[in-house]
Amino acid sequence: MKCEELLAMLNDYVDGQIDPGVCEAFESHLEGCNPCQVVVDTIRKTITLYKDEAVYELPFSFRTRLHQNLRERWKQKWNN
Amino acid sequence: MLTESELIAQAKQGDFEAFETLVTRHERRLYRLVVQLVHKAEDAEDIIQTAFLNALEHLGGFREESSFGTWLTRIATHEALKVLRRRNGWVQLPAEEGTEVEDGDIPHPEYIADWRENPAEMYEQRLLRVILDEAIQQLPDSHRLVFVLRDVEGFSIEETAQVLSISPANVKVRLLRARLALREKLTTVFGDETRRHQRTPDHGGDSETVTKAARLLEHYQAQINQRGGA
Repeated sequence: MKCEELLAMLNDYVDGQIDPGVCEAFESHLEGCNPCQVVVDTIRKTITLYKDEAVYELPFSFRTRLHQNLRERWKQKWNN
Repeated sequence: MLTESELIAQAKQGDFEAFETLVTRHERRLYRLVVQLVHKAEDAEDIIQTAFLNALEHLGGFREESSFGTWLTRIATHEALKVLRRRNGWVQLPAEEGTEVEDGDIPHPEYIADWRENPAEMYEQRLLRVILDEAIQQLPDSHRLVFVLRDVEGFSIEETAQVLSISPANVKVRLLRARLALREKLTTVFGDETRRHQRTPDHGGDSETVTKAARLLEHYQAQINQRGGA
């Protein structure tokens, strides 16, 4: 497997959805190719970082307003 | 606890409490998703409100062919897209886009270097947030949507395709481009310059366009200062 081909398989490998036969070729390429190892590793770190840092809390005041507005619309809808 | 199907059935009969329970079950996740797509709290609030109002109006027509969560995500994502397109001056909706797989070569990684340490430990939270936000904001909307849905929110390839009305093959290509682009941008900040791989026939290396990490960090810090520590 060449670096180019590895790139095409990258998603499936990182997601653990790679075909077992292809996986073997992928990993044997990785063993001999440090740059590709680093790319795979830093892609994984990128994904983990975004996942872990996605902390956005629903503002309480907005939530209250949202539920009030939904309740009003609901009444209009069901009382007509 | 009532199942989602039971709650939907009750809401369709006019039971607001049931509808409100459904809203409560999904509102935090949807808000997090939308904030990441549009990056402005006030826009996110408008989008979420419009999405739930839409869901309220069209609940009677919801046939449970997908999960309620996927259905809501689809509504909210479309509302977010409308806002993004208005911002960018576009009018096209994703369903009207071609579903063919994007052409062109996948860009090769240019800056290849191990990261110095765990960025989450290296930087204070606020600075890290600015770095991550700026990198993801530079992605094309269509790539950012796929990355957030799939990698941050954990939707499968098929679910992401369903939400965006594109083919799974298209999701995969956009996802790969998004992942590579983000890795590239973050490596310019987090990469260990001393352990950087030099250019070889198969791999990139010293690209002149790569800005030194120190200069980038100064830029991010300046942004935080500009925001007045908000």
